[in-house]
Amino acid sequence: MNKAEILVIDDETPIQKLLDITLQTNGYAVRLAGNANEGLAMAASHPPELILLDLGLPDEDGHVVLQKLREWYTEPVIILSVQSSETDIIKALDNGANDYLTKPFRTGELLARMRSALRSAWPNESEPIAVFGDVEMDFAARTVRKSGETIKLTSTEYSLFSLFAKHEGKVLTHQYLLREVWGAGYINQSQYLRVFIAQLRKKIEDDPNRPAMIVTESGVGYRFIGKD
Amino acid sequence: MADFLFSRVSASRQYVYSLSSVLVVSIICYWLSAYIGYKVVAFVLLLTVSLIAGLFDILQVLMSALLSALIWDFFFIPPKFNIHVDSAGDAILLLMYFLIVMINAVLTYKIKTIQKEARKKIERENIVKLYNTFLNSLSHELRTPIATIIAATDNLLTCNSNLTSLNRHELLVEISKASFRLNQQVENLLNISRLEAGFIQPKNDWVDINELVYDVVKRLEENKASQEVSININPNFPLFKVDKGMLQQVLYNLLNNATQYTPSETKISIIAANYADILEITIEDNGKGFPEEERAKVFDKFYRLKKSKSGGTGLGLSIVKGFVEAMKGTITLENISTGGARFIIRIFAEVSHLKTAKHE
Repeated sequence: MNKAEILVIDDETPIQKLLDITLQTNGYAVRLAGNANEGLAMAASHPPELILLDLGLPDEDGHVVLQKLREWYTEPVIILSVQSSETDIIKALDNGANDYLTKPFRTGELLARMRSALRSAWPNESEPIAVFGDVEMDFAARTVRKSGETIKLTSTEYSLFSLFAKHEGKVLTHQYLLREVWGAGYINQSQYLRVFIAQLRKKIEDDPNRPAMIVTESGVGYRFIGKD
Repeated sequence: MADFLFSRVSASRQYVYSLSSVLVVSIICYWLSAYIGYKVVAFVLLLTVSLIAGLFDILQVLMSALLSALIWDFFFIPPKFNIHVDSAGDAILLLMYFLIVMINAVLTYKIKTIQKEARKKIERENIVKLYNTFLNSLSHELRTPIATIIAATDNLLTCNSNLTSLNRHELLVEISKASFRLNQQVENLLNISRLEAGFIQPKNDWVDINELVYDVVKRLEENKASQEVSININPNFPLFKVDKGMLQQVLYNLLNNATQYTPSETKISIIAANYADILEITIEDNGKGFPEEERAKVFDKFYRLKKSKSGGTGLGLSIVKGFVEAMKGTITLENISTGGARFIIRIFAEVSHLKTAKHE
Protein backbone atom coordinates (compact mmCIF):
# COMPACT_ATOMS: atom_id res chain seq x y z
CA MET A 1 0.00 0.00 0.00
CA ASN A 2 1.25 3.47 -0.87
CA LYS A 3 2.03 5.76 2.02
CA ALA A 4 -0.24 8.78 2.27
CA GLU A 5 1.83 11.89 1.65
CA ILE A 6 1.55 14.75 4.14
CA LEU A 7 2.85 18.28 3.62
CA VAL A 8 3.72 20.15 6.80
CA ILE A 9 3.86 23.96 6.51
CA ASP A 10 5.27 25.29 9.79
CA ASP A 11 8.21 27.60 10.46
CA GLU A 12 9.14 26.21 13.87
CA THR A 13 11.98 23.70 13.46
CA PRO A 14 11.21 21.75 16.66
CA ILE A 15 7.58 21.31 15.61
CA GLN A 16 8.67 20.31 12.10
CA LYS A 17 11.02 17.73 13.51
CA LEU A 18 8.43 16.40 15.93
CA LEU A 19 5.75 16.11 13.26
CA ASP A 20 8.26 14.53 10.86
CA ILE A 21 9.15 11.77 13.33
CA THR A 22 5.60 11.22 14.59
CA LEU A 23 4.07 11.00 11.14
CA GLN A 24 6.82 8.82 9.66
CA THR A 25 6.61 6.33 12.52
CA ASN A 26 2.86 6.16 11.92
CA GLY A 27 3.27 5.25 8.29
CA TYR A 28 2.96 8.56 6.48
CA ALA A 29 5.39 10.07 3.99
CA VAL A 30 6.29 13.60 5.09
CA ARG A 31 7.44 16.70 3.28
CA LEU A 32 8.36 19.85 5.17
CA ALA A 33 7.99 23.52 4.22
CA GLY A 34 9.31 26.33 6.44
CA ASN A 35 7.24 29.20 5.06
CA ALA A 36 4.12 30.02 3.06
CA ASN A 37 5.72 30.44 -0.37
CA GLU A 38 7.72 27.27 -0.11
CA GLY A 39 4.61 25.44 1.10
CA LEU A 40 2.42 26.69 -1.75
CA ALA A 41 5.09 25.80 -4.30
CA MET A 42 5.54 22.30 -2.86
CA ALA A 43 1.79 21.72 -2.75
CA ALA A 44 1.45 22.80 -6.41
CA SER A 45 4.39 20.82 -7.76
CA HIS A 46 3.21 17.57 -6.24
CA PRO A 47 -0.15 17.73 -4.43
CA PRO A 48 -0.09 15.83 -1.09
CA GLU A 49 -3.00 13.85 0.37
CA LEU A 50 -3.23 16.15 3.39
CA ILE A 51 -1.72 19.46 4.47
CA LEU A 52 -0.92 20.48 8.04
CA LEU A 53 -0.84 24.29 7.98
CA ASP A 54 0.40 26.53 10.78
CA LEU A 55 -1.52 29.81 10.92
CA GLY A 56 1.45 31.87 12.13
CA LEU A 57 3.89 31.86 9.22
CA PRO A 58 6.69 34.41 8.77
CA ASP A 59 6.07 35.49 5.18
CA GLU A 60 2.29 35.34 4.83
CA ASP A 61 -0.86 35.14 6.94
CA GLY A 62 -1.99 31.54 7.32
CA HIS A 63 -5.56 32.49 6.35
CA VAL A 64 -4.32 33.86 3.03
CA VAL A 65 -2.32 30.68 2.41
CA LEU A 66 -5.44 28.64 3.12
CA GLN A 67 -7.48 30.73 0.67
CA LYS A 68 -4.82 30.37 -2.02
CA LEU A 69 -4.69 26.61 -1.45
CA ARG A 70 -8.47 26.27 -1.57
CA GLU A 71 -8.58 27.89 -5.03
CA TRP A 72 -7.47 24.54 -6.44
CA TYR A 73 -6.59 22.08 -3.66
CA THR A 74 -9.45 19.80 -2.63
CA GLU A 75 -7.75 17.37 -0.23
CA PRO A 76 -7.97 17.91 3.57
CA VAL A 77 -6.18 20.81 5.26
CA ILE A 78 -5.72 20.72 9.04
CA ILE A 79 -4.88 23.98 10.78
CA LEU A 80 -2.32 24.23 13.58
CA SER A 81 -2.84 27.23 15.78
CA VAL A 82 -1.75 28.62 19.14
CA GLN A 83 -4.11 28.37 22.08
CA SER A 84 -7.17 30.52 22.67
CA SER A 85 -7.74 31.99 19.24
CA GLU A 86 -11.26 30.71 18.59
CA THR A 87 -12.03 33.45 16.08
CA ASP A 88 -9.00 32.38 14.02
CA ILE A 89 -10.13 28.77 14.15
CA ILE A 90 -13.71 29.56 13.10
CA LYS A 91 -12.43 31.77 10.29
CA ALA A 92 -10.14 29.00 9.03
CA LEU A 93 -12.94 26.41 9.19
CA ASP A 94 -15.20 28.79 7.25
CA ASN A 95 -12.44 29.22 4.68
CA GLY A 96 -12.34 25.53 3.98
CA ALA A 97 -10.04 24.01 6.59
CA ASN A 98 -11.20 20.50 7.49
CA ASP A 99 -10.07 20.56 11.08
CA TYR A 100 -7.80 22.23 13.58
CA LEU A 101 -5.41 21.49 16.41
CA THR A 102 -4.27 23.95 19.06
CA LYS A 103 -0.69 23.90 20.24
CA PRO A 104 0.18 22.23 22.54
CA PHE A 105 -1.60 19.13 21.23
CA ARG A 106 -1.36 15.43 22.00
CA THR A 107 0.07 13.16 19.34
CA GLY A 108 -2.88 10.81 19.62
CA GLU A 109 -5.22 13.67 18.91
CA LEU A 110 -3.23 14.71 15.83
CA LEU A 111 -3.31 11.21 14.39
CA ALA A 112 -7.05 10.82 15.06
CA ARG A 113 -7.82 14.11 13.31
CA MET A 114 -5.68 13.12 10.34
CA ARG A 115 -7.28 9.70 10.07
CA SER A 116 -10.76 11.17 10.20
CA ALA A 117 -9.93 13.87 7.65
CA LEU A 118 -8.42 11.34 5.25
CA ARG A 119 -11.39 9.02 5.74
CA SER A 120 -13.96 11.70 4.97
CA ALA A 121 -12.00 12.65 1.88
CA TRP A 122 -13.28 9.40 0.37
CA PRO A 123 -16.79 9.09 1.78
CA ASN A 124 -18.60 5.83 1.36
CA GLU A 125 -21.82 7.28 -0.04
CA SER A 126 -23.51 3.99 -0.96
CA GLU A 127 -23.76 2.69 2.63
CA PRO A 128 -27.35 3.19 3.81
CA ILE A 129 -26.48 2.28 7.39
CA ALA A 130 -23.68 3.82 9.43
CA VAL A 131 -22.54 2.18 12.66
CA PHE A 132 -20.97 4.13 15.51
CA GLY A 133 -20.29 1.80 18.41
CA ASP A 134 -23.69 0.74 19.71
CA VAL A 135 -25.47 3.45 17.74
CA GLU A 136 -26.77 2.69 14.24
CA MET A 137 -27.90 5.28 11.75
CA ASP A 138 -30.22 4.07 9.01
CA PHE A 139 -30.28 6.87 6.42
CA ALA A 140 -32.78 5.04 4.22
CA ALA A 141 -35.36 4.39 6.95
CA ARG A 142 -34.52 7.68 8.74
CA THR A 143 -34.15 5.85 12.04
CA VAL A 144 -31.50 5.66 14.74
CA ARG A 145 -30.97 2.63 16.94
CA LYS A 146 -29.02 2.35 20.17
CA SER A 147 -28.10 -1.17 21.36
CA GLY A 148 -30.59 -2.50 18.82
CA GLU A 149 -33.53 -0.43 20.03
CA THR A 150 -35.01 2.36 17.95
CA ILE A 151 -34.61 5.80 19.52
CA LYS A 152 -37.43 8.28 19.06
CA LEU A 153 -35.96 11.45 17.61
CA THR A 154 -37.86 14.60 16.72
CA SER A 155 -37.31 15.79 13.16
CA THR A 156 -34.91 18.52 14.34
CA GLU A 157 -32.98 16.03 16.43
CA TYR A 158 -32.82 13.70 13.44
CA SER A 159 -31.50 16.43 11.11
CA LEU A 160 -28.88 17.38 13.68
CA PHE A 161 -27.81 13.80 14.25
CA SER A 162 -27.65 12.93 10.56
CA LEU A 163 -25.34 15.95 10.05
CA PHE A 164 -23.07 14.58 12.74
CA ALA A 165 -23.23 11.09 11.28
CA LYS A 166 -22.31 12.34 7.81
CA HIS A 167 -19.36 14.28 9.21
CA GLU A 168 -18.11 11.75 11.73
CA GLY A 169 -14.85 12.91 13.37
CA LYS A 170 -15.02 16.41 11.91
CA VAL A 171 -15.58 19.56 13.93
CA LEU A 172 -18.80 21.34 12.94
CA THR A 173 -19.05 25.01 13.91
CA HIS A 174 -22.06 26.44 15.73
CA GLN A 175 -22.90 28.59 12.72
CA TYR A 176 -22.69 25.67 10.33
CA LEU A 177 -25.04 23.52 12.43
CA LEU A 178 -27.54 26.34 12.94
CA ARG A 179 -27.57 27.19 9.24
CA GLU A 180 -27.95 23.58 8.11
CA VAL A 181 -30.60 22.54 10.63
CA TRP A 182 -32.59 25.70 11.34
CA GLY A 183 -31.75 27.90 8.34
CA ALA A 184 -29.66 31.00 7.61
CA GLY A 185 -31.87 33.23 9.75
CA TYR A 186 -30.94 31.33 12.88
CA ILE A 187 -27.15 31.50 12.88
CA ASN A 188 -27.13 33.70 15.97
CA GLN A 189 -29.73 31.65 17.88
CA SER A 190 -27.21 29.45 19.60
CA GLN A 191 -29.63 28.70 22.44
CA TYR A 192 -31.55 26.31 20.12
CA LEU A 193 -28.36 24.42 19.43
CA ARG A 194 -27.50 24.14 23.16
CA VAL A 195 -30.95 22.78 23.93
CA PHE A 196 -31.06 20.24 21.13
CA ILE A 197 -27.51 19.06 21.76
CA ALA A 198 -28.48 18.42 25.40
CA GLN A 199 -31.60 16.51 24.28
CA LEU A 200 -29.72 14.48 21.71
CA ARG A 201 -27.08 13.57 24.27
CA LYS A 202 -29.76 12.33 26.65
CA LYS A 203 -30.96 9.97 23.94
CA ILE A 204 -27.74 8.61 22.48
CA GLU A 205 -24.99 9.01 25.09
CA ASP A 206 -24.36 6.40 27.80
CA ASP A 207 -23.83 9.23 30.30
CA PRO A 208 -25.26 12.50 28.92
CA ASN A 209 -23.27 14.51 31.48
CA ARG A 210 -20.01 12.99 30.31
CA PRO A 211 -20.60 12.86 26.54
CA ALA A 212 -18.31 10.56 24.60
CA MET A 213 -19.96 10.88 21.18
CA ILE A 214 -21.09 14.48 20.78
CA VAL A 215 -18.04 16.28 22.13
CA THR A 216 -17.93 20.02 22.77
CA GLU A 217 -15.19 21.99 21.04
CA SER A 218 -15.16 25.04 23.29
CA GLY A 219 -15.97 28.28 21.51
CA VAL A 220 -15.95 26.56 18.10
CA GLY A 221 -18.62 23.90 17.82
CA TYR A 222 -19.16 20.15 18.27
CA ARG A 223 -17.46 17.04 17.04
CA PHE A 224 -19.13 13.66 16.63
CA ILE A 225 -16.86 10.79 17.58
CA GLY A 226 -18.34 7.50 16.49
CA LYS A 227 -15.24 5.55 15.50
CA ASP A 228 -11.62 5.04 16.71
CA MET B 1 -9.41 60.08 57.57
CA ALA B 2 -10.75 63.50 56.70
CA ASP B 3 -8.13 63.63 54.03
CA PHE B 4 -9.66 60.61 52.32
CA LEU B 5 -13.14 62.05 52.63
CA PHE B 6 -12.44 65.29 50.88
CA SER B 7 -9.48 64.57 48.63
CA ARG B 8 -11.90 63.31 45.97
CA VAL B 9 -14.02 66.49 46.11
CA SER B 10 -13.25 68.76 43.13
CA ALA B 11 -11.23 71.95 43.68
CA SER B 12 -14.15 74.29 42.93
CA ARG B 13 -16.38 72.38 45.39
CA GLN B 14 -13.64 72.69 47.99
CA TYR B 15 -13.67 76.48 47.49
CA VAL B 16 -17.43 76.54 47.97
CA TYR B 17 -17.31 74.41 51.13
CA SER B 18 -14.40 76.19 52.81
CA LEU B 19 -15.43 79.77 51.99
CA SER B 20 -19.07 79.18 52.88
CA SER B 21 -18.13 77.69 56.26
CA VAL B 22 -16.12 80.84 56.99
CA LEU B 23 -19.18 82.90 56.00
CA VAL B 24 -21.62 80.85 58.10
CA VAL B 25 -19.40 81.01 61.19
CA SER B 26 -18.96 84.77 60.66
CA ILE B 27 -22.72 85.31 60.43
CA ILE B 28 -23.30 83.35 63.65
CA CYS B 29 -20.55 85.36 65.37
CA TYR B 30 -22.06 88.57 64.06
CA TRP B 31 -25.35 87.75 65.79
CA LEU B 32 -23.48 86.94 68.97
CA SER B 33 -20.96 89.78 68.76
CA ALA B 34 -22.87 91.86 71.28
CA TYR B 35 -22.29 89.13 73.92
CA ILE B 36 -18.86 87.77 73.10
CA GLY B 37 -16.85 90.77 71.90
CA TYR B 38 -14.76 90.99 68.74
CA LYS B 39 -11.57 89.44 70.21
CA VAL B 40 -13.33 86.14 70.95
CA VAL B 41 -14.59 86.17 67.36
CA ALA B 42 -10.94 86.08 66.21
CA PHE B 43 -10.42 82.80 68.08
CA VAL B 44 -13.62 81.30 66.72
CA LEU B 45 -12.56 82.20 63.15
CA LEU B 46 -9.06 80.89 63.82
CA LEU B 47 -10.53 77.58 64.92
CA THR B 48 -12.74 77.48 61.81
CA VAL B 49 -9.81 78.03 59.46
CA SER B 50 -7.73 75.43 61.36
CA LEU B 51 -10.47 72.87 60.82
CA ILE B 52 -10.65 73.83 57.14
CA ALA B 53 -6.85 73.38 56.94
CA GLY B 54 -7.27 69.82 58.14
CA LEU B 55 -9.82 69.04 55.44
CA PHE B 56 -8.98 70.89 52.26
CA ASP B 57 -6.09 71.74 49.92
CA ILE B 58 -3.63 74.55 50.56
CA LEU B 59 -5.06 77.13 48.10
CA GLN B 60 -8.58 76.87 49.49
CA VAL B 61 -7.21 77.17 53.04
CA LEU B 62 -5.19 80.28 52.21
CA MET B 63 -8.23 81.85 50.56
CA SER B 64 -10.39 81.13 53.64
CA ALA B 65 -7.64 82.55 55.89
CA LEU B 66 -7.56 85.73 53.86
CA LEU B 67 -11.35 85.96 53.78
CA SER B 68 -11.64 85.42 57.53
CA ALA B 69 -9.05 88.11 58.21
CA LEU B 70 -10.91 90.59 56.00
CA ILE B 71 -14.29 89.72 57.56
CA TRP B 72 -12.89 90.09 61.05
CA ASP B 73 -11.37 93.42 60.19
CA PHE B 74 -14.42 94.75 58.28
CA PHE B 75 -17.33 93.50 60.38
CA PHE B 76 -15.93 93.06 63.88
CA ILE B 77 -12.94 95.31 64.71
CA PRO B 78 -14.16 98.78 65.54
CA PRO B 79 -14.88 100.91 63.63
CA LYS B 80 -17.25 98.36 62.03
CA PHE B 81 -17.90 98.27 58.26
CA ASN B 82 -14.55 99.81 57.66
CA ILE B 83 -11.14 98.47 56.65
CA HIS B 84 -9.45 100.93 59.03
CA VAL B 85 -8.43 99.94 62.52
CA ASP B 86 -8.65 102.47 65.37
CA SER B 87 -6.11 101.44 67.94
CA ALA B 88 -2.50 100.33 67.45
CA GLY B 89 -3.35 97.29 69.63
CA ASP B 90 -6.09 96.18 67.22
CA ALA B 91 -3.74 96.67 64.26
CA ILE B 92 -1.17 94.38 65.90
CA LEU B 93 -3.95 91.93 66.76
CA LEU B 94 -5.09 91.88 63.11
CA LEU B 95 -1.55 91.36 61.85
CA MET B 96 -1.00 88.59 64.42
CA TYR B 97 -4.30 86.99 63.41
CA PHE B 98 -3.31 87.03 59.77
CA LEU B 99 0.16 85.58 60.43
CA ILE B 100 -1.08 82.86 62.80
CA VAL B 101 -3.81 81.75 60.43
CA MET B 102 -1.32 81.61 57.53
CA ILE B 103 1.35 79.73 59.51
CA ASN B 104 -1.33 77.35 60.70
CA ALA B 105 -2.44 76.69 57.10
CA VAL B 106 1.06 76.08 55.81
CA LEU B 107 2.08 73.83 58.71
CA THR B 108 -1.06 71.72 58.42
CA TYR B 109 -0.43 71.41 54.70
CA LYS B 110 3.14 70.26 55.32
CA ILE B 111 2.07 67.66 57.87
CA LYS B 112 -0.56 66.36 55.50
CA THR B 113 1.94 66.05 52.66
CA ILE B 114 4.37 64.14 54.85
CA GLN B 115 1.62 61.80 56.02
CA LYS B 116 0.54 61.18 52.46
CA GLU B 117 4.07 60.37 51.39
CA ALA B 118 4.55 58.03 54.33
CA ARG B 119 1.36 56.22 53.41
CA LYS B 120 2.43 55.96 49.79
CA LYS B 121 5.80 54.62 50.85
CA ILE B 122 4.24 51.91 52.99
CA GLU B 123 1.90 50.96 50.15
CA ARG B 124 4.84 50.82 47.75
CA GLU B 125 6.83 48.70 50.17
CA ASN B 126 3.92 46.29 50.55
CA ILE B 127 3.57 45.97 46.80
CA VAL B 128 7.29 45.36 46.40
CA LYS B 129 7.18 42.74 49.15
CA LEU B 130 4.20 41.02 47.57
CA TYR B 131 5.80 41.21 44.14
CA ASN B 132 9.03 39.69 45.43
CA THR B 133 7.17 36.79 47.01
CA PHE B 134 5.32 36.39 43.72
CA LEU B 135 8.55 36.37 41.70
CA ASN B 136 10.04 33.81 44.07
CA SER B 137 7.06 31.50 43.88
CA LEU B 138 6.70 32.03 40.14
CA SER B 139 10.31 31.17 39.49
CA HIS B 140 9.80 28.11 41.67
CA GLU B 141 6.64 27.17 39.79
CA LEU B 142 8.31 27.57 36.41
CA ARG B 143 11.74 26.24 37.27
CA THR B 144 10.58 23.04 38.95
CA PRO B 145 8.97 21.59 35.81
CA ILE B 146 11.78 22.93 33.62
CA ALA B 147 14.35 21.32 35.91
CA THR B 148 12.40 18.06 35.73
CA ILE B 149 12.30 18.17 31.93
CA ILE B 150 15.99 19.02 31.59
CA ALA B 151 17.10 16.35 34.06
CA ALA B 152 14.85 13.67 32.60
CA THR B 153 15.80 14.37 28.99
CA ASP B 154 19.52 14.49 29.91
CA ASN B 155 19.09 11.15 31.54
CA LEU B 156 17.34 9.71 28.51
CA LEU B 157 19.93 11.12 26.12
CA THR B 158 23.10 10.12 27.96
CA CYS B 159 22.34 6.96 29.94
CA ASN B 160 19.98 5.47 27.43
CA SER B 161 21.65 2.05 27.39
CA ASN B 162 21.65 1.67 31.18
CA LEU B 163 17.99 2.51 31.66
CA THR B 164 15.43 -0.22 32.02
CA SER B 165 12.32 0.27 29.94
CA LEU B 166 10.39 0.90 33.15
CA ASN B 167 12.82 3.72 34.13
CA ARG B 168 12.54 5.17 30.68
CA HIS B 169 8.79 5.13 30.89
CA GLU B 170 8.85 6.79 34.32
CA LEU B 171 11.11 9.56 33.07
CA LEU B 172 8.81 10.17 30.12
CA VAL B 173 5.79 10.35 32.44
CA GLU B 174 7.61 12.96 34.53
CA ILE B 175 8.41 15.01 31.43
CA SER B 176 4.80 14.85 30.36
CA LYS B 177 3.50 15.91 33.81
CA ALA B 178 6.03 18.74 34.03
CA SER B 179 5.01 20.03 30.58
CA PHE B 180 1.37 20.14 31.60
CA ARG B 181 2.20 21.98 34.81
CA LEU B 182 4.26 24.47 32.82
CA ASN B 183 1.44 24.95 30.34
CA GLN B 184 -0.99 25.66 33.18
CA GLN B 185 1.30 28.29 34.70
CA VAL B 186 1.78 29.95 31.34
CA GLU B 187 -1.99 30.06 30.93
CA ASN B 188 -2.33 31.76 34.33
CA LEU B 189 0.32 34.31 33.39
CA LEU B 190 -1.35 35.02 30.06
CA ASN B 191 -4.69 35.47 31.82
CA ILE B 192 -3.31 37.85 34.43
CA SER B 193 -1.57 39.92 31.77
CA ARG B 194 -4.81 40.07 29.78
CA LEU B 195 -6.56 41.33 32.92
CA GLU B 196 -3.74 43.79 33.66
CA ALA B 197 -3.80 45.18 30.14
CA GLY B 198 -7.46 45.95 30.80
CA PHE B 199 -8.82 44.96 27.42
CA ILE B 200 -10.54 41.84 28.58
CA GLN B 201 -14.02 41.80 27.08
CA PRO B 202 -16.42 38.96 27.83
CA LYS B 203 -17.71 37.21 24.70
CA ASN B 204 -21.16 36.21 25.85
CA ASP B 205 -23.07 33.36 24.28
CA TRP B 206 -25.68 30.88 25.48
CA VAL B 207 -24.10 28.40 27.85
CA ASP B 208 -25.49 25.13 29.15
CA ILE B 209 -24.29 25.41 32.78
CA ASN B 210 -24.59 21.65 33.33
CA GLU B 211 -22.35 20.94 30.39
CA LEU B 212 -19.84 23.58 31.45
CA VAL B 213 -19.58 22.33 35.04
CA TYR B 214 -19.17 18.68 33.98
CA ASP B 215 -16.51 19.78 31.48
CA VAL B 216 -14.54 21.57 34.18
CA VAL B 217 -14.79 18.62 36.54
CA LYS B 218 -13.60 16.31 33.77
CA ARG B 219 -10.59 18.55 33.18
CA LEU B 220 -9.92 18.52 36.91
CA GLU B 221 -10.03 14.72 37.02
CA GLU B 222 -7.02 14.70 34.72
CA ASN B 223 -5.03 16.14 37.67
CA LYS B 224 -5.87 12.98 39.62
CA ALA B 225 -6.93 14.80 42.76
CA SER B 226 -8.12 12.55 45.57
CA GLN B 227 -10.99 14.72 46.82
CA GLU B 228 -14.54 13.77 45.98
CA VAL B 229 -16.31 16.34 43.80
CA SER B 230 -20.11 16.27 43.67
CA ILE B 231 -22.27 18.25 41.27
CA ASN B 232 -25.72 19.41 42.27
CA ILE B 233 -27.45 21.08 39.33
CA ASN B 234 -30.99 20.58 38.06
CA PRO B 235 -30.83 18.75 34.69
CA ASN B 236 -33.23 21.38 33.33
CA PHE B 237 -31.16 24.32 34.55
CA PRO B 238 -31.80 27.27 32.20
CA LEU B 239 -29.27 28.57 29.69
CA PHE B 240 -27.37 31.74 30.59
CA LYS B 241 -25.64 34.15 28.27
CA VAL B 242 -22.11 34.40 29.67
CA ASP B 243 -18.49 34.08 28.56
CA LYS B 244 -17.99 30.34 28.62
CA GLY B 245 -14.19 30.41 28.55
CA MET B 246 -13.99 32.85 31.45
CA LEU B 247 -16.55 31.05 33.59
CA GLN B 248 -14.78 27.77 32.90
CA GLN B 249 -11.46 29.25 34.02
CA VAL B 250 -13.10 30.71 37.14
CA LEU B 251 -14.58 27.36 38.19
CA TYR B 252 -11.43 25.49 37.28
CA ASN B 253 -9.23 27.77 39.40
CA LEU B 254 -11.59 27.54 42.37
CA LEU B 255 -11.85 23.75 42.17
CA ASN B 256 -8.15 23.35 41.50
CA ASN B 257 -7.44 25.49 44.58
CA ALA B 258 -9.81 23.40 46.64
CA THR B 259 -8.10 20.17 45.59
CA GLN B 260 -4.62 21.62 46.16
CA TYR B 261 -5.16 23.07 49.59
CA THR B 262 -7.56 20.73 51.37
CA PRO B 263 -6.88 17.30 52.90
CA SER B 264 -7.42 14.35 50.56
CA GLU B 265 -10.62 13.12 52.26
CA THR B 266 -12.32 16.50 51.76
CA LYS B 267 -15.64 16.65 49.93
CA ILE B 268 -16.10 19.43 47.40
CA SER B 269 -19.48 20.32 45.97
CA ILE B 270 -20.69 22.54 43.17
CA ILE B 271 -24.22 23.90 43.32
CA ALA B 272 -25.90 26.07 40.71
CA ALA B 273 -29.02 28.10 41.36
CA ASN B 274 -30.83 30.82 39.46
CA TYR B 275 -32.90 33.71 40.74
CA ALA B 276 -34.62 35.38 37.77
CA ASP B 277 -31.66 36.55 35.70
CA ILE B 278 -29.01 35.95 38.33
CA LEU B 279 -26.80 32.93 37.91
CA GLU B 280 -25.42 31.73 41.23
CA ILE B 281 -22.72 29.10 41.43
CA THR B 282 -21.50 27.92 44.82
CA ILE B 283 -18.37 25.89 45.38
CA GLU B 284 -17.90 24.64 48.91
CA ASP B 285 -15.75 22.15 50.76
CA ASN B 286 -15.65 20.68 54.22
CA GLY B 287 -11.94 21.35 54.72
CA LYS B 288 -10.45 23.80 57.17
CA GLY B 289 -11.68 27.03 55.60
CA PHE B 290 -9.63 30.24 55.44
CA PRO B 291 -8.01 32.05 58.40
CA GLU B 292 -10.58 34.71 59.27
CA GLU B 293 -8.05 37.57 59.30
CA GLU B 294 -6.79 36.72 55.81
CA ARG B 295 -10.17 36.06 54.21
CA ALA B 296 -10.49 39.53 52.69
CA LYS B 297 -7.03 39.40 51.11
CA VAL B 298 -7.17 36.09 49.27
CA PHE B 299 -8.39 37.68 46.03
CA ASP B 300 -5.51 40.17 45.99
CA LYS B 301 -2.98 39.68 43.26
CA PHE B 302 0.09 37.66 44.37
CA TYR B 303 -1.41 37.16 47.84
CA ARG B 304 -0.74 33.78 49.41
CA LEU B 305 -1.92 32.54 52.75
CA LYS B 306 0.70 32.91 55.45
CA LYS B 307 0.74 29.21 56.29
CA SER B 308 0.18 27.81 52.80
CA LYS B 309 2.45 25.10 51.48
CA SER B 310 5.02 25.97 48.83
CA GLY B 311 3.97 26.01 45.20
CA GLY B 312 1.38 28.26 43.64
CA THR B 313 1.84 31.86 42.62
CA GLY B 314 -1.05 33.70 44.22
CA LEU B 315 -2.54 34.35 40.78
CA GLY B 316 -5.38 31.82 40.73
CA LEU B 317 -7.92 33.61 42.90
CA SER B 318 -7.03 37.06 41.57
CA ILE B 319 -7.79 35.77 38.07
CA VAL B 320 -11.06 34.38 39.43
CA LYS B 321 -12.04 37.77 40.81
CA GLY B 322 -10.84 39.61 37.69
CA PHE B 323 -12.85 37.36 35.37
CA VAL B 324 -15.99 37.43 37.52
CA GLU B 325 -15.86 41.22 37.65
CA ALA B 326 -15.19 41.42 33.90
CA MET B 327 -18.51 39.56 33.53
CA LYS B 328 -20.14 42.17 35.79
CA GLY B 329 -20.49 39.63 38.58
CA THR B 330 -19.47 39.33 42.21
CA ILE B 331 -17.67 36.68 44.20
CA THR B 332 -17.74 36.22 47.94
CA LEU B 333 -15.88 33.91 50.25
CA GLU B 334 -17.20 32.78 53.58
CA ASN B 335 -16.24 30.18 56.12
CA ILE B 336 -18.89 27.58 56.88
CA SER B 337 -19.70 27.30 60.59
CA THR B 338 -19.25 23.53 60.51
CA GLY B 339 -15.87 23.90 58.79
CA GLY B 340 -14.82 24.55 55.20
CA ALA B 341 -14.91 27.38 52.72
CA ARG B 342 -17.74 28.56 50.49
CA PHE B 343 -17.23 30.64 47.33
CA ILE B 344 -20.35 32.14 45.85
CA ILE B 345 -20.33 33.59 42.35
CA ARG B 346 -23.26 35.71 41.24
CA ILE B 347 -23.53 36.90 37.66
CA PHE B 348 -26.28 39.04 36.27
CA ALA B 349 -26.95 37.59 32.81
CA GLU B 350 -29.59 37.05 30.17
CA VAL B 351 -31.46 33.81 30.84
CA SER B 352 -33.31 31.43 28.52
CA HIS B 353 -35.85 28.88 29.71
CA LEU B 354 -35.95 27.27 26.26
CA LYS B 355 -34.43 24.16 27.78
CA THR B 356 -37.33 23.52 30.14
CA ALA B 357 -39.92 23.85 27.36
CA LYS B 358 -41.13 20.86 25.34
CA HIS B 359 -39.50 20.58 21.94
CA GLU B 360 -40.71 19.02 18.78
